[in-house]
Amino acid sequence: MKIMDYRVNEKGYYGDFGGAYIPEMLYPNIEELRNTYLDIIAQPEFQVELQNLLKDYVGRPSPLFLAKRLSAKYGANIFLKREDLNHTGAHKINNTVGQIILAEKLGKKRIIAETGAGQHGVATATVCALKGLECVIYMGEVDIKRQAPNVARMKMMGATVIPATSGSKTLKDATNEAMRDWINNPVDTHYIIGSVVGPHPYPDMVSLFQSVISEETKKQLIEQTGSDQPDYVLACVGGGSNAMGMFYHFLEDEKVRLIAAEAAGLGVNSGHSAATSVLGKEGVLHGSRTLLMQTEDGQVVEPYSISAGLDYPGIGPQHAHLHKSKRVEYVSITDDEAMQACMLLSKLEGIIPAIETGHALAQLEKMELKKDDVVVICLSGRGDKDLDTFMKYFNL
Amino acid sequence: MNRLKELFDQKKNNILSIYFTAGYPEIGATLKIAEALEKAGADFLEIGFPYSDPLADGPVIQNSSQVAIENGMTLKILFQQLKDLRSRVSIPILLMGYANPMIQYGVANFCKAAAEVGVDGVIVPDLPLSEYEELYKDDFIKNGLSNIFLVTPQTSEERIRKIDSLSTGFIYLLSSSATTGKDLNVSDAIGDYYQRVKDMNLNNPLIIGFGISDKQSFDRANKYAAGAIVGTAFVKTLSDSTNYLAHIPSFIKKIKG
Repeated sequence: MKIMDYRVNEKGYYGDFGGAYIPEMLYPNIEELRNTYLDIIAQPEFQVELQNLLKDYVGRPSPLFLAKRLSAKYGANIFLKREDLNHTGAHKINNTVGQIILAEKLGKKRIIAETGAGQHGVATATVCALKGLECVIYMGEVDIKRQAPNVARMKMMGATVIPATSGSKTLKDATNEAMRDWINNPVDTHYIIGSVVGPHPYPDMVSLFQSVISEETKKQLIEQTGSDQPDYVLACVGGGSNAMGMFYHFLEDEKVRLIAAEAAGLGVNSGHSAATSVLGKEGVLHGSRTLLMQTEDGQVVEPYSISAGLDYPGIGPQHAHLHKSKRVEYVSITDDEAMQACMLLSKLEGIIPAIETGHALAQLEKMELKKDDVVVICLSGRGDKDLDTFMKYFNL
Repeated sequence: MNRLKELFDQKKNNILSIYFTAGYPEIGATLKIAEALEKAGADFLEIGFPYSDPLADGPVIQNSSQVAIENGMTLKILFQQLKDLRSRVSIPILLMGYANPMIQYGVANFCKAAAEVGVDGVIVPDLPLSEYEELYKDDFIKNGLSNIFLVTPQTSEERIRKIDSLSTGFIYLLSSSATTGKDLNVSDAIGDYYQRVKDMNLNNPLIIGFGISDKQSFDRANKYAAGAIVGTAFVKTLSDSTNYLAHIPSFIKKIKG
């Protein structure tokens, strides 16, 4: 049987998706990255610095935790990959640590980033403080109001937070503003994109930096179960970076079933949803050809989810390819299902997950699991940032 | 006969092009503005088809796109409006916009519809050279449409040559790496860059755009290129006025002198 090719090709495509749909103004920046990122990442001194920072600063390896009470409830062996225990509380920092070293090697003096919920903004501000680099974060005006503690964190670490006031004033518009900044500052600035989206080589670069999640998971599974081949691997998907990191080293092992949970919001067909694999059509957004939610005329539709981190109208091009090739099963989880799953994990395991992660956990309810099944769930982030939402939702 | 080629054959300097967004400030404005601009002395026009996420544009043109979308402008409606184009306007017309609306319309259908109403060329800033060459070039050529590429101060000489070889019409020389509507410092470095591209003796004429807003910047551009494009400054004029058509002659006069 021929194994499908799930990796990026030399033109920057995953099957029909990817590429670099960027204005000429960004061409030199993207070209520089494209020509250098693999070589720089492969350099021994880059790897030494990256591994040291991942270990001593981020706190890796993150534990793989057998959640016994959760396992008992669902009748299977459920492992949680604890990305929530990373410094800054989510998987996002795996990527920003990698990209900040890369930016330094490229001689960049100024870092820009977009953020939705603020997790990627915080992870970027963190590594900029660590390296003493100027940091500018674009965040939708609406999100700034929704995520005040993360805005304060970024400011404490010296970042400038600029509100995106165009369009819908959320993540998609913050991404537009960051790209505009890059167009206007092409020489000294590096743009740290936070997910596996954007023009090639970003999706590949970000998934490489996140792939540490599945690399560790495989080793930990051997130690704990004697096999590096789980039956199921689950992760939530907005742009899709924790999912890409969680799936990365399992992609070619077709026996491992990969499941990605998207945000259905108030329901897939409610008009308030972010379930891109169901509602999206092929198109171009933020520099790559992918699946995105749009009108018949090609205008991008504003998505909705209770979790700001999944509130994105597209998915990364590799996800679009994994969807089309059916290597990964994409499922839709509503706000309510995700919130209940967050409460359940808190009660059963004493772990309050991010609402994003709740979407992956909620899928357990819908699976027919067997006693011997080994399930790995990427616990992509902790729920501290969501307390306000939990308090309102559950009347706490 | 390609109207763009005809224009550049006849006129070698001081060519003035104006950009405006279709469906702004009101849905029915498109052809009225085009007519008024021709009458006032513009040499060719760029009609923007709006997109929700215009990456290369500053706030003024972004806002005009958003208003146009709210007014109900779509590519379908634009092509309907342009049915009467050639009975009312004779100067060359380009459509300018982003890849996604064009891809949703279907690039082959888009090119066919554009040619049918008498459009002469297209500018799509986020359509990469390589994808154009591989996927879409034949559709453009078959329909006699020019595809206009952008060149910035950071574009390498090798890439400029490549762009020149794929261009039919003109090359859009950006005065700096910037989004539209930025106030630019006119520095010697810009002059050096214009001169450098001019000295390459390309096959296609050069038209300078971005940051052209008055007679001074227009004249400066004409020292190095066949002409210049005004976008943001014109769109601003449309937004500032209730009676927007009445301001068009004086605006053009102000630029041309």
